[in-house]
Amino acid sequence: MHIPDGYLGPATCGFFYLIMLPIWTAASRIVKRRLSTKQVPLLAIGAAFSFVIMMFNVPIPGGSTGHAVGGVLVAILLGPWAACIAITVALVIQALLFGDGGITAIGANCFNMAFVLPFAGYYIYKAVSYKAAINSRRRVIAAGVAGYLALNIAAGLTGFIFGIQPLLHKTVDGRALYCPYGLNVALPVMLGEHLLVFGWVEAIVTALVIKYLQKYDPQLLAEGRSI
Amino acid sequence: MKTISKLWFFIGILIVLSPLGLLLPEYFKAGSAWGEWGVDEILQMVGYLPEGLGKISRIWNAPIPDYTFKGQEEAGLLSLSLGYIASALIGILAVVVLVFLITKFLSKKDNL
Repeated sequence: MHIPDGYLGPATCGFFYLIMLPIWTAASRIVKRRLSTKQVPLLAIGAAFSFVIMMFNVPIPGGSTGHAVGGVLVAILLGPWAACIAITVALVIQALLFGDGGITAIGANCFNMAFVLPFAGYYIYKAVSYKAAINSRRRVIAAGVAGYLALNIAAGLTGFIFGIQPLLHKTVDGRALYCPYGLNVALPVMLGEHLLVFGWVEAIVTALVIKYLQKYDPQLLAEGRSI
Repeated sequence: MKTISKLWFFIGILIVLSPLGLLLPEYFKAGSAWGEWGVDEILQMVGYLPEGLGKISRIWNAPIPDYTFKGQEEAGLLSLSLGYIASALIGILAVVVLVFLITKFLSKKDNL
């Protein structure tokens, strides 16, 4: 889901940087107001977790690979705004040091994975676990459902952004300038592989950690703790 | 805080296991993620290299591209796996430093 340099035209890149600016500003303000010193290590762990979980490329035999983002878990534990900061940090380091995701596409990649994904995941989790006890099974299920759906929403959006490139940028003889695949390919492929495979990875990872925390540190799951 | 150290331990395990993210796709003959192909792959798949893509794709030279160190391109899987673990360590160190810098910058001056 890391869009590399060259796949998006300048207009798309600029557009998403512009959209992310106020989101990053709001996230900074909110985190500044609500983050307690005690939560800083948890924020660092969240960013580290998201970074390393994205290195676990899961293969579709003979096909492509994909991975979880871990962002829904971070959002459940720290709130969507703090998750936005944590995932942004992971994505920026991946782009700068490892060329995983383009530097021109940091805005777009952050919009998909550091904004839409944690916010969708957080509110789906909230809705499904509404009024559920901290140690209830419904919370584990809610975490899985949120992980699955949020990763797929982000993947669908990524496919959409890839897919509109040939519509936006074409040479006179009809060749693509950037991503060569249109919506008819990019959208079903990105959605399909995440619905079938990678979404389940995010679901299982999120649900398992929530189940573990229910047992060993249920306090972390208490309402009103997130930022 | 006990949970924090447990969670760091958990991250440590993930770092050690991270080469699975390299070896499993290799074993199952899975290629790049969709939309993350290199220039050569695109050329092969589409038959031409989109002009803008060719230009912008060279805009940034990452120091450890694809979690692989310089000179490791032809190395065996063991060496690549160790490089992958080293990349995970370097990346996580960078991520943690950046988070602490950001939170330091964000923390109210009178609290410091």
